[in-house]
Amino acid sequence: MKNYIIAWRNLWRNKRRTLITVSSIFFGVLIAIIMSSMQEGSYISMINNVVKFYSGYIQIHDKDYWENKTLYYSFQADDSLNLLVRETDGISMSSERLESFALASSGDKTQAVMVVGVEPEQENKITELSKWVVNGKFLEQGSRGILLARELAQNLDAGVGDTIVMLSQGYYGSNEADKFVVEGILNFPSPELNKRFCYMDIQRAREFYSADGMITSIVIMVSDYSDVSRVLKNIRSKLNPAYTAMSWDEMQPELVQMINGDRAGGLVMKAILYIIIGFGILGTIIMMIAERRKELAIMVAVGMQKYKLGIILFMETVYIGIIGVFSGIIVSIPMIIYFIHHPLPLTGSAAQAMTDMGIEPFMYFTAAPKIFTHQMITVFAITLLVSLYPLASALSLNIIKWMRN
Amino acid sequence: MKIITVTNLHKFYQETEVEVKAVNGIDLSFEEGEFTAVVGPSGSGKTTLLNIIGGLDKPSSGEVIIDNVNINDLSSSRLIDFRMNNIGFVFQSYNLIPVLTAGENVEFIMHLQGRPKKERESRTRELLEAVGLGDRINSRPGKLSGGQQQRVAVARALASKPKFVLADEPTANLDSKSTENLLEIMEKLNREENISFIFSTHDARVVNKARRVIRVEDGKVISDETKELKK
Ligand SMILES: Nc1ncnc2c1ncn2[C@@H]1O[C@H](COP(=O)(O)OP(=O)(O)O)[C@@H](O)[C@H]1O
Ligand SMILES: [Mg+2]
Repeated sequence: MKNYIIAWRNLWRNKRRTLITVSSIFFGVLIAIIMSSMQEGSYISMINNVVKFYSGYIQIHDKDYWENKTLYYSFQADDSLNLLVRETDGISMSSERLESFALASSGDKTQAVMVVGVEPEQENKITELSKWVVNGKFLEQGSRGILLARELAQNLDAGVGDTIVMLSQGYYGSNEADKFVVEGILNFPSPELNKRFCYMDIQRAREFYSADGMITSIVIMVSDYSDVSRVLKNIRSKLNPAYTAMSWDEMQPELVQMINGDRAGGLVMKAILYIIIGFGILGTIIMMIAERRKELAIMVAVGMQKYKLGIILFMETVYIGIIGVFSGIIVSIPMIIYFIHHPLPLTGSAAQAMTDMGIEPFMYFTAAPKIFTHQMITVFAITLLVSLYPLASALSLNIIKWMRN
Repeated sequence: MKIITVTNLHKFYQETEVEVKAVNGIDLSFEEGEFTAVVGPSGSGKTTLLNIIGGLDKPSSGEVIIDNVNINDLSSSRLIDFRMNNIGFVFQSYNLIPVLTAGENVEFIMHLQGRPKKERESRTRELLEAVGLGDRINSRPGKLSGGQQQRVAVARALASKPKFVLADEPTANLDSKSTENLLEIMEKLNREENISFIFSTHDARVVNKARRVIRVEDGKVISDETKELKK
């Protein structure tokens, strides 16, 4: 009789016990998959949000700009740089920005603002800026007016059609002042953006800052999110060393930190879950061997090599693991597909917190392959670890002792 | 022809304070074609003796030579193969692998020996028919009576074409009818196929069937008689 058949039949000698053990793995895997899917899905949506709102996936700056975000480190995009952006594989869109600070005043109100000069059409394709316009209209190329974030507008007591004055230091260090008409109000879901941001056409910004032809950054969109690191590598390999290319995660270290922290929390939970499952399997295997000591001793007595017996016992353990994992994965797939199409709405303070962070208050799911492969690898590793016990038992089997027992 | 020689065999067990002399100086030899009972009261050392002869246990001193091989000299995995190819075993109980059918149990050892499928199947059928269980080839042990299980065990013991069969109290758990039946089968195999059987028992009716009777007490042989064959 083939070893795997003996192992398989042994598994079903005590159906109930095997089913209990298998279902503990099944539920563990199911919970772990759904948990991971939810976590990773939420991270993806957070990343998308940040990327969408503001940073894009990749930005190119002067090499010193990120440390010290001033106009001093703005630059003129030359032909080779434009060519690089145009020709690099995987880049779907790009847009130039000129960003700096200014003081805005309207009547007796004064506010510090972040001025973002953008190419309206391109910018809108990348960050969908126009969808936050609640009053007035979005910018056009060559617009002379500005868009103000909602809270900033409130603090300045300015509405659509009002004129505000902005003061700043220009590219050459000169004092600059100009008047701007408010063309629209933006209502971001993020309070941080809402308090500070003012958008205008990049030409208008250059004029204001006396920074003719200058930009502070090129914002780059990639066609495939999972492709970011490859595209980044390609850009870096060809980029003039006067510039640097940064990915969203380098520009958003807090977000990365938060995600990693959250992941670690999830990992601890999953570790506890799997340790419990591991001991469950071990307990079952110990019992399966203990109650068969005589029979196993006789198998060796009549001529079965101990390592072959070890293989049979090993297979019994592996079967339990495999059935548990695959049933868990198979059942989880339709559930995850459902949740991907029907994200779970959140309520209460969690929802509020997310809204404040500029994230839609939903639990998103993902069916990224790693969610499944991680559980498979984990259960497989646990099974291998647990199967050391039957292997050791078989190799150290003492016929006389085991037959007397 | 001599197949087993046992010389100056001792086996001591250190049980707490006292030393138990389970086998205490035994010299024996066995010929091909024997039908031998090892008889003695419980605790006299029968099981220990048979286990050592069968290479399941190591003696404290002395040696067992089977077919010119000193089995003490074999490594543990060589010894397993040696048992598989030379010795058939029938134990008192739990002989069979419960998840295998009667036929699969018989085939099991031939499988380990790497015998071709055709040979395995025909020999399995032959052996089960020889023990009167040709019709139970597909039954699992759980569906067989104690006597039937022991008969399958005998068939399995013979499957590897061993030099001899060791049976430690094979009838201890059987009623008198099954006991008689099993012994008849063993006797017939001995008579017709010249298979050597060495079995232990403390049942007088079983003893009567044996041609050679070795009596042991306190780990020593106290008598060793061979009956003349009645024609
Ligand atoms: N593994 C062992 N450890 C300790 N004592 C043992 C062991 N095996 C047998 N004995 C002792 O050796 C003696 C002989 O036992 P055994 O060979 O089983 O006798 P029998 O089979 O004739 O009943 C008994 O006193 C028994 O208790
Ligand atoms: Mg005994």
